[in-house]
Amino acid sequence: MESPFHTQTLLIIAAGAIATYLTRVGGYVFITRMKRIPPRAEAALNAVPAAVLTTLVAPAAITGGWDVSLTMAIAFLVGLRLSLLPMLAVCWIVVMVIRHLIV
Amino acid sequence: MTPETKEEFRDALRRGSAVAIAAAPFAVLFGAVAVDNGLSIAEATLMSATLYAGASQLVGVELFNHHVAPWLVVLSIFAVNFRHVLYSAAIAPHIRHLTFWEKATSLFLLTDPQFAETERRADRGIRVSYLWLMVLGLSVYVPWLFLTILGAFLGNLIGDPKAIGIDVLLPVYFMGLVLGFRSRANWLPVVLASGAGSILALHFVGSPWHVSLGALAGIIVAALLPLDNAEAPSGDVVEGEA
Repeated sequence: MESPFHTQTLLIIAAGAIATYLTRVGGYVFITRMKRIPPRAEAALNAVPAAVLTTLVAPAAITGGWDVSLTMAIAFLVGLRLSLLPMLAVCWIVVMVIRHLIV
Repeated sequence: MTPETKEEFRDALRRGSAVAIAAAPFAVLFGAVAVDNGLSIAEATLMSATLYAGASQLVGVELFNHHVAPWLVVLSIFAVNFRHVLYSAAIAPHIRHLTFWEKATSLFLLTDPQFAETERRADRGIRVSYLWLMVLGLSVYVPWLFLTILGAFLGNLIGDPKAIGIDVLLPVYFMGLVLGFRSRANWLPVVLASGAGSILALHFVGSPWHVSLGALAGIIVAALLPLDNAEAPSGDVVEGEA
């Protein structure tokens, strides 16, 4: 490779970076322009963390195969008791045991 | 440093390190996949430094390899990252007191865990300071950058992510974050609606739209359910509201 950068790749990265930054400031700019936030909109915003993060979990748990589904079920139970790092450690051990010792 | 700033610094660093550890395999994976798909090490590093959004970076480099139209690559990155619009709207009441440049810089570091930690801190009634936001963000950002470079150098040595079990780390981590919000009003109906919505959308519409559509299902449910003022966390009151 003669040059570490290609013009087209560089342009795509730049456009992708700008698009990403716009999503990060967009919601703030939009919501603070509103004079008063209706209670229902506030209830909706209050649900954002659980609503969005669930969409990153549920499809993976369903479509990832039975080993992933089982690990996610255990993650749910473990997560009710443990904090994040121990939870990660337990689930990593579980999936490694399933894949290398059981299957 | 006052004891208070010291405590903020320590709290942010501790939480940031946990995030960095959970995200580490993905930074390495991204670096390796990027080089595998024809990006140079410099380009992969630049992408991590300027996008700083793991899932969209992986989608982006995947599309590079398929020689799709550039605008489609950018649109896909935008679609994967669209959830940040909701995040920055949701944390607005907690960061309103910051100056323009403090907001502009700290929002650049807004990621799933950065958002979740900010909401949790505000839920506990603690004021979210600029120092706390930046220490939390940078303690994830800096390792993310270095591990991308490491992954790019290692290249194909990583092998199959499934064999070393790193593919489940992010879903498990996000599950932990979801459970962390279970004391909030209408948590269960929201989670059920988003879960069902995202699975249906994945099946009928496809990735990455299942994220936005699934989230929308949960958010609509929250907006339609009866308002229960007694359960609303006091830290979430929007400024300017009587």
